[in-house]
Amino acid sequence: MKKKISIGRVILYVILCTYALVTLIPFLWALSSSFKPLSEIVSGAINFIPKNFTFDNYRQIFIEQELFPRWMFNSVFIASVGTGLNILFNSMAGYALARLTFPGKKSLFIIILAVLMIPAQVTMIPNYLILREFGWLNSYQGMIVPSMINATFIFMMRQFFINFPKELEEAAAIDGLSRIGTFFKVVLPLAKPALAAQAIFVFMGFWNDFMRPLIIMTDSSMYTLPLGLNTFKGQFVSYWNYIMAASMVFTLPVLVIYAFFNKYFIKGLSLTGGK
Amino acid sequence: MNRKYSTKMLKEAGQGYFFMSPTIFVLLLFILGPIFYAIFLSFHNVRLLGDTAFDFVGLANYERVFDDRRAGIALWNTFKYVVIVVPCQTVLAIVLAATLNAGMKGEKFFRIIYFLPTLTSSAVLTLIFMWMYNREGLVNFGLEKIGLPTYDFLGDPNVALTAIMVMNIWATAPFFMVIYLAALQDIPDSLYEAAELDGAGPIRKFWSITVPHLKPITSFVVIMGVIGTFQLFDQSYIFSGGSGGPDNSTLTVVLLIYQYAFKSMNTMGYAAAIAFVLAIVILVSTLIQRKLQKEENLY
Repeated sequence: MKKKISIGRVILYVILCTYALVTLIPFLWALSSSFKPLSEIVSGAINFIPKNFTFDNYRQIFIEQELFPRWMFNSVFIASVGTGLNILFNSMAGYALARLTFPGKKSLFIIILAVLMIPAQVTMIPNYLILREFGWLNSYQGMIVPSMINATFIFMMRQFFINFPKELEEAAAIDGLSRIGTFFKVVLPLAKPALAAQAIFVFMGFWNDFMRPLIIMTDSSMYTLPLGLNTFKGQFVSYWNYIMAASMVFTLPVLVIYAFFNKYFIKGLSLTGGK
Repeated sequence: MNRKYSTKMLKEAGQGYFFMSPTIFVLLLFILGPIFYAIFLSFHNVRLLGDTAFDFVGLANYERVFDDRRAGIALWNTFKYVVIVVPCQTVLAIVLAATLNAGMKGEKFFRIIYFLPTLTSSAVLTLIFMWMYNREGLVNFGLEKIGLPTYDFLGDPNVALTAIMVMNIWATAPFFMVIYLAALQDIPDSLYEAAELDGAGPIRKFWSITVPHLKPITSFVVIMGVIGTFQLFDQSYIFSGGSGGPDNSTLTVVLLIYQYAFKSMNTMGYAAAIAFVLAIVILVSTLIQRKLQKEENLY
């Protein structure tokens, strides 16, 4: 097995490296453009290493668009609070569906599975009208509350808790902990890997969401970064150096999170992708 | 004894509802309620100015879908998009996964690189690609270098949708690749070793062992792909500045729903009707896909 014909290996490496380049080139090109002055952008020259390297774009985007930090705050706030609530509520629901007996449990489970099949576009319009009725347009709760649970992850957590050893909970019950106490003090801490995987996907979902903020947030001070970026592009049509710098600033946090949680990422994918 | 048992059950039921309460709240208010509300809307003409008013119009909104030229274009664009993007991204994902899984050095390194597009938001990716698709941008530079014609990707209705397709295949394939990678790890090595003893080459092994073993995952990947591609919105919105242009060439069904619901007057009910048509199209195509899969498994 190990002593394969080396030609085969070479071909495989060529494929791998070519595709790695195909993946990297757009990012490198964006990164390099973000360090170029406008004159170099409009000249149409194709060079990956900037001739006149500058940090100006990164400074300018915060000066030209004073809402930029605000958009970043909105994005961070909505994504963090939304993720926190999702972790808590999805785990609670998954736990109840896996462990507790109560009337209507089966139909609730079926409804949650059915919800997975319904495209968001169907509920998008009525949700807008409901949020409008509540006065929740242009508000954080308008973005967070309708998405504070997620059927996919409730399902995932249910599968996780079904395989979770019962003995630990029984021991906690003998020690006099209530069911709710057991859940928060014993079960949740032990579910950390599943929670981390869930957290990453939910966070990315909020962070990258474009359509919901587009509908809910019409006041530019309430924009999230993807919306802000789109507006920014409209304002600075051919200032690609600014647009790329803003794009890079926006991408960085997710890359940092990925670097830290890499191993949970793959695990989470196999949890959601499995069955 | 009996009484104690029932209080225990009651207590557990109480805990069950406590644990489920946030989920039930959101389900009722923001998912199930809205589904019925959407059905109601789709049979009405909705006027939002001043006091919201609903005029019952029966099936008129659904009939209108068939007379609407732009709805036809949007459906056709979306259909083309699904039919081209889903097979391409699935094949690319499976080839990349199989290559990565061949026990190469630096597998982890490649995997991290390949995963970058999945992490990046659709807004950023679309902007990066628009910059590359520029008249004098990187893509045209490359095409010219290898002697191919260049295009005005953003302005030419003949190529704008293709440009979005290429971008999305590039962006989504790695996500499905990771799903395939996990599944590949479950194929026993002994199968490959046995095939090698029988003199099978790498391509033969790929077709006779890898592909058949990945069938259930492929089914999942295709269904996810179909659902995702039918809902294309962010990319065409940003690409065209919300218009679906040039000349409706990047107009997708969801973009059309958005325009009718939020950008033109008194067409919200009609938008709700299109959303239901889309939901049914998605449902039917997943069912067809499942059926085909089952028939194939008979052999």
